[in-house]
Parts: sequence; structure tokens; C-alpha cells
Amino acid sequence: MSKIHVTTTVNGDETEFLCDPRETLLDVLRDRLSLTGAKEGCGTGDCGACSVTLDGRLVCSCLVLGAEAEGKSIGTVEGIAQGEELDPLQEKFIEYAALQCGICTPGILVATKSLLEKNPDPSETEIRYWLAGNLCRCTGYDKIIRAVMDTAADLRKAS
Amino acid sequence: MSENDVKTNGFKVVGTRPNRPDGTDKVTGRAKFGADMAAPGMLHAAIVRSPHAHAKIIKIDTSKAEALADVKAVMTRADFADGLTGGDWDVLENIMAGEKTLYDGHAVAAVAATSPLAARDAAKLIDVTYEVLPHVTDVDKAMVTDAPIIRAGTADASVPEGLHPNVVRYHESGHGDVEQGFADADLIIEDSFKTEATHQGYIEPHACLAQMGNDGRAELWCCTQGHFNVQKICAKVTGTDASQIRVTASEIGGGFGGKTAVFIEPVALILSRKSNRPVKLVMSRAEVFRATGPTASTSMDIKIGMTKTGKITAGQGVFRLQGGAFPGAPSDLTAMCAFAPYALENVHQVGYDVMSNRPKQAAYRAPGSPMAAFAVESVIDELCNKLGLDPIEVRLMNASKQGTKASFGPKFDRIGLVETLEAAKSHAHYAAPLGEGEGRGISCGFWFNHGGETAVSLALSEDGTAALSVGTPDIGGSRASMCQMAAEELGIPYDKIRTTIADTATLGYNEVSHGSRVTYASGLATIKAARDAVDKLCGRAAAKWGIDRDAVFWEDGCAKPSGPNAGDFDPIPLAQLTARMGATGGPIVGHFEATPEGAGVSFATHIVDAKVDKETGQTSVVRYTVVQDAGKAIHPSYVEGQFQGGAAQGIGWALNEEYIYGEDGRLQNSNFLDYRIPVASDLPMIDTVIVEVPNPGHPYGVRGVGETSICPPLAAIANAVSGAAGVRLTQLPMSPPRILEALDQQASG
Amino acid sequence: MVEVNLWLGLRTFTGGKDKVEIDAKNIGELLKGLADAYPALSPIIEAGVSVAVDGRLIFNDLTEPIYPESEIYLLQQLKGG
Repeated sequence: MSKIHVTTTVNGDETEFLCDPRETLLDVLRDRLSLTGAKEGCGTGDCGACSVTLDGRLVCSCLVLGAEAEGKSIGTVEGIAQGEELDPLQEKFIEYAALQCGICTPGILVATKSLLEKNPDPSETEIRYWLAGNLCRCTGYDKIIRAVMDTAADLRKAS
Repeated sequence: MSENDVKTNGFKVVGTRPNRPDGTDKVTGRAKFGADMAAPGMLHAAIVRSPHAHAKIIKIDTSKAEALADVKAVMTRADFADGLTGGDWDVLENIMAGEKTLYDGHAVAAVAATSPLAARDAAKLIDVTYEVLPHVTDVDKAMVTDAPIIRAGTADASVPEGLHPNVVRYHESGHGDVEQGFADADLIIEDSFKTEATHQGYIEPHACLAQMGNDGRAELWCCTQGHFNVQKICAKVTGTDASQIRVTASEIGGGFGGKTAVFIEPVALILSRKSNRPVKLVMSRAEVFRATGPTASTSMDIKIGMTKTGKITAGQGVFRLQGGAFPGAPSDLTAMCAFAPYALENVHQVGYDVMSNRPKQAAYRAPGSPMAAFAVESVIDELCNKLGLDPIEVRLMNASKQGTKASFGPKFDRIGLVETLEAAKSHAHYAAPLGEGEGRGISCGFWFNHGGETAVSLALSEDGTAALSVGTPDIGGSRASMCQMAAEELGIPYDKIRTTIADTATLGYNEVSHGSRVTYASGLATIKAARDAVDKLCGRAAAKWGIDRDAVFWEDGCAKPSGPNAGDFDPIPLAQLTARMGATGGPIVGHFEATPEGAGVSFATHIVDAKVDKETGQTSVVRYTVVQDAGKAIHPSYVEGQFQGGAAQGIGWALNEEYIYGEDGRLQNSNFLDYRIPVASDLPMIDTVIVEVPNPGHPYGVRGVGETSICPPLAAIANAVSGAAGVRLTQLPMSPPRILEALDQQASG
Repeated sequence: MVEVNLWLGLRTFTGGKDKVEIDAKNIGELLKGLADAYPALSPIIEAGVSVAVDGRLIFNDLTEPIYPESEIYLLQQLKGG
């Protein structure tokens, strides 16, 4: 089967790849571009572990075809830190012990960044509903929600 | 070890909340989980699975798949070792079916091809001819006379005559005279309960990367709770020497007991051997649901007698556990845990391990205990309601203490149940008024905890830092607590220690990370290995000073002279001793290899407020408080995390989660949309109270905390929901249809 | 001799007794002594058991010492998740 040539931008870098028309964006990121930060927890858009941004919009990369990335800009967990500087949200997740196994963490970080860009002052309920598509089986979400609320508060103070 | 040897105060690092050492890896996407590894020339594998709950395999035709250019290896059961018996045969039979498929999703064949898509396409071309057999998936139906027999002759000698061949283990325990106890009661309540199978629900599907040559040498990378166990099982079922299979545990994306079992690793190894290429095998979510271990489902009868003042006079329970198509459902543990929180003169419990056409149950956080607590604590709650007694006071009156004869036999050592009940009673939550339509539930829970084979080594570096190697995969931050305990003993900063989960070629055998054993057993091992290293450091200082080893002690990271030599020499810091270790006797490495046997049992008390919408049957958890005895919290944040995680999983089990089988014996909800685990918007914050009653069996008093937290929630929520709905719910999950049904039944009287 | 308490389900194999006396100085000797005195218990013991010694739960270690005054309970094998 012939492959499709795709030109796209990933975390700011122009990138080219060949993919099977059936391959998802998640498959491409992980298997062709070696960006294994996004995880496959379900493959059906239910768990959010594969969350990335596509032209700024939060998506499950398991529900997007690799070919659809043509001409788009993709953001993954690997692009959140700036060089050796962690993003304040990343720092806060570590400080708050907002992860146990850490498999959901990349997706939750991408989703949360996306929330805070749109809403710098989310209520607890807004955070809980925004993250309702990102399953975490370890933490019961408590420390995640607290880390997000505290990050948002810090960012508001700084701005 | 006696209680007096337990250090309970004066900690410098233990009890603080440092950042976890793998934090940056985990928040940047750098951490490598099971499916994140690749190898040059790697193939991808896919497994062919039975669409039938019970069927005879007549023929497997692999010719069409093998004809494809992309396909490099195809395998069936015939490629595994033969001659296995007993439990080893069970493990193999579950990895890949032999003559019969025993449940929907049972593996039948596998294929390795040049891409994941090619492998999936090829798997579809493997043609399996089945003769479909009658099936049974319900525990009660599997025990009746005309139920299809899963495998004749599986029952062991414990099973009394006259029971169906699907009943494969029998447990009976207790003491006293329950009939006399019931005669002494003012009120007796008897009820029956059912719980559905739930899945551990880890977000990371099972995944591995295997390479094996025809010389039997193998490298295996996988997500597992116990890579030494993976090594052992892979060796047996592939017919290889264990030492030739080096297993490295990847980061693990949740396990909760479900990754103590082995499913795909031997398949990948054999495909690799056949193709002479590395093979990656990753389960899909549907495969995880259909073919890895959920819990047992249960059917239980409970009878409890109580006096007007709240004294429990007798307790009796019958526990039937459906554990899938193999023996091993923890019916004995269910029975033994059921009444453990209470000091009962008369108690009797019976457990049945029942086979059915479902996947083999796997351990799930305190296996067997949550279901028992659901049934027993529901009846106690009903007794309290009917007698007008406070549920915490009644539990306090009957609580097990040090010296109490446990329901499972022996006397309890130092335990902290009373302390958790007292803390719950004085918690603001317990006094807070309930809102409209809300109910409050209380429950206690018990778990044994575990020690197990453990090997650790602690190598000191020339610059005075330390490399700690442990053999228990880190599921929830245990590397942080290991670093803390090593830092505490060595007297060097937390971040001067690096903890690694060592591969199977590096350390002696380590039992899987289960039974809440990691912080207890690997922790104890770390402390003892550090003390071993300190002993050697003191020896080097003694030699330098020309005094006896016994005249040197270790304090604040330095060797110091003591006794008659006190003050004669300046203390020597660790880094000065290690800088010269090559010239003073060689490398300094502390070791511990043993089976620690002092895992203290643990108790918890949970308080939950729930609101029930009587129109829709929808329940919301409004407030939740976990109180649990941790013995000693090494890293309180991660102890709280275990408490919260257990509570959240319990909420899912109580309200939503269940395996739903159709009439055809096939699993109907093998995805996260239909098998709904709690999401962020379902839950409130979960308050935690850490009680610390030291475990005499650990140098710092640690008790395992991972499992006990899932024991009380099912009952606590059932008690809250029953209060809110005004009707007793006896079946889990208490999903909206079940609550509406209970309300309808009540209305129709 | 030490007195060993058995779970009730084992009475079938001991002629109805749920307490038996065995000559043993550690858990290994105890389990061997039990299997010798009551051969029908052998498969149960081989399948795996735990032992409580004065309230301490011993999962694996056959070298754990026991004394005539020890409170000994044979328990079904304990495991975790």
C-alpha cells in the first residue's frame, strides 16, 4: 500500500513523514517520529492519555489520522518545557505529587495547558469538567486538581 | 524485631515531602513505559482471540497469514513447552489456549509482522474452526447441578463431596459457637449480597519488547509489577533457563494487582525466537478488558447478631467467588478478612472458589477483602439503624485490638483500628450536617499486607553519593521513599541517592510489587543495606584510627569515635571515607537479601456523604474522608495518594464499574466508554487522615498502605446511598438502574 | 511439642481435629511434621500455606523459630494485589 507524504510542524519544528492512510496521528508521533510522550491508553478517545494540540485545539491524537496533520501545527508534552526550564505547571505537578504512575500525566499536562490558555481563573468545577476526558486511575484526581488550581493562581499573580 | 527496636522519632528525611526523583521524567514525556521502547529491525505482534466463551478448537489454519510477505512468524500453543502441570499449566493455558478456549478473548494464536497494521491484518487471516460449547459466566449459575463443566477434576481435596465440579476450592474457618451467639442477640439481620467483577483499570495496556535467539538468550522489556516473576514464568513456558532471560522492568502505568500476572511476554519471546527479530507486543484496551484479570465477582450471605447496646454476639458469612476459567479466586482471603475488624467470640465463615467462562481473575488491591467488607459492613450498618446506635460507637465497642483473637484465628499484634475510629469520630466531617437528599456511610476495612523475598544493594560512589538498586517496580513513587530511607540511615542528603529498579541479572529474586509490600519490604531492605554499608564505613574509620570497630558509631553522615575514644579523633564524613575506599579495602556496597516477615496488618475507617437523585437513580459522592493507619508515613504525599486512589477506585466499584456479559457469554463493555471508571468531574476532593501506629516488624514502623484503602469504600458508599435512598442496596454497582429498581420495589411494597 | 490450630476446613484431613500437636522447632519442621502425621494434608501444604506465630504472620520463611508456648495457627496462603 502506498504511503502518504505529510509535512507538518511538531512543537515548532517543521517535520516530514510518510504514513499509512490508516495510521493515527498518535501512531505517527510515537512510531515514526519517536515522540513517545503521548500514550495510547484506549485508542478510542475515552482516556485522554494521547492528548495533543492541533493548531491550538485540544484533541485525542488517537482519533486524528496522521494524514490530517498536513499543514497543521502539533503540540505535545515534549514541547511544554522551554529548554531546561520546566513549565510552572510541570513544577507544580511534581511538587504536589499530582502523579503516581505517571502514564496519564502527559495528556493531563497538555489538556491543562490548553485550559489555562483559555481560562486563567478556572473554578474547581471547571477544571474537573475540562479534565473529565483525561482518566487517571491512581490519584483520585485530588492532587491533580490542587496542582492546577495553584498553578493558575501563581500565573495570575505573575501576570 | 521487638517494638523497642522501632525508631519512631528524630527523623530528618523520613516524613518530609521531597520531589520524587523521577518527577522530571514523568512530566516531560521522557519516562519510558512498556510501549515506549523500540529496537532496530523490530517486528510488531498481534494476537488472535476466541470470540466464544467456551469452545473446542477443531483446527487453526495459519496458511493465509503465513503467505503474506510482511509476516515473519506465526505461532500457536504448539510452540510452547509441554509437560507443564498444576499452576504452571494454568498459567500457560491462560497465555494461549490448548484444546479449548475458556472465555471470550482467550488467546489462540499470534503473528509477528513488519508493522502494527500488517500484524493486525494478518491476525484476521488466521482461520480458527471452533465447536461451540455451553458456557456459564454467573457465579451462582456456575454452581448448580446442570451447569456446564469448565474443567473436570480441577477441584482440590478441600472441596466437600456433592458440590459441582466448578467449585474448586473450599474454605471454612472461625471459632466459638455461632448458634449460641445468635441466641444471645437482641436483633439478628441476615441478607444476601452480590458484587460484579471490576477491572484494575490501569491506563497503560500491557506491553513488551522481546528478543530471543535460538541459543535461548533473551532480553525482555515490559511493564510489570514483578519482572523476576515474568522471568520465572517465561522460562517455564518457553522451556528456557531463567538466568538466560534478562528482564528489565519499564516504567509501569498502573497495575493495582493486574500486572502481577503474565500474559503476553512469552508470546513475544517465542515470536522473536521464530523470526530471529525483536518483537513488540502491545495489548489494545479491548484486549486488556477481555483477557487480563478483573476481580472475582461474588455472591455472599451474611448473618450477624447484636445486643441492644451494640455488642456483636455472632457473625456468619458464606462467600462464593467466581474467578474465571481457572482456580484461584481469593475466596479464602475474602472469608478471612470479612470479620477481621471485630473482636467476635462466635464467628464462622465459608468460602467457595468457583470457575466460570470468564478471564482468570487477577489480584486487585487487597484481593477479596473489599467485597467481604461490603457485605459485612452493610449488615452492621443496618443493625445500627434498627437499634438506633451510632455506627462509629458500635464499631469502637467491637473493634479488634492488640491481643484480640482475630476472626481468622491468631491474636493480633499491635494494630491501629481503634485509632482510626477515634480519628474518624473526632473529624469535622463526622459532625457536619447532611444536606437534603444526602446520606452518610461509615465502614472499616482490613488487609493483611505482605513481606516477601527481597534483595537490595546499595553501592557507595567515590564522591560520597549512593546508588541504590531495588527489584520491586515503582508503581506510585516508591523510589522517593527508598531514597528517603537510605538518606536517613546514611546521613547524606536525599538527592545524593539514586534509586534504580534493577533488572533480573543484577539482583537476587524479588517478589512482585504486591501485597502493599514495597515500602515495607524494599524499605526494610534499604535500611538494612544502608546499615550494612555504614558498618563497613565504620570499619574503615576504625582501621584508620587504629581502634576497635565497636568503638566507632555513625551519626549525621560521619564516623565518630565513641566510648573511651570519644573526642580523640575528628569525625570523618562519608565522602572522605569513600574517596579512599579503593585503597582501604575496596568498594563499599551494602546488601540485604532475605524474606522479611513482619508486614503489619492494617485497618482503615472511611466516612462518605452521598446524594441520590431519586428521579434518575444517579448518585453523587459529596464528601469523602479516609482515615488509615500507615504505621509510619515515609513520604506523606504519596501515602495520601494511596488513600485517595483506593477510595476513588472503590467509588467506581460501588457506583459504576462492572463486567457485563451477554447471553452469548461475550463481554459487552470492553472499552472505557462503557466500562466507566471515575472521571475528575465525578469526584470531590478526598480528605485524608494518616494515623501512625508503628508496625513492630519494620525498623521505622511502616505498614503497607496501598491496598487497605480500597476495603471500606464499597460498604461506606452503600451505607451512604442506602441512607440517602431510604432503601438498602445489596448489589454492586449501585448504578442508576439498580437504584431505581430498588426504589420501585420499595414503593410496590 | 507445639499445638497447631488448623482452619476448620482441614478437619476432614485430621479425623475431625482442629488442633493437633507436632514436634517442631521451626516452621519448616512444623509443616513437615503435619504432612507426616496427616498425609492427607500434604497437598494443601504443598499448594501453599502461611503460619501465624504469636500473632506474627509468616508468609514464606521456613526457618522462623517456634517454641512450645508459641501460639501457632496454620492459615491459607496470604497474597496481595
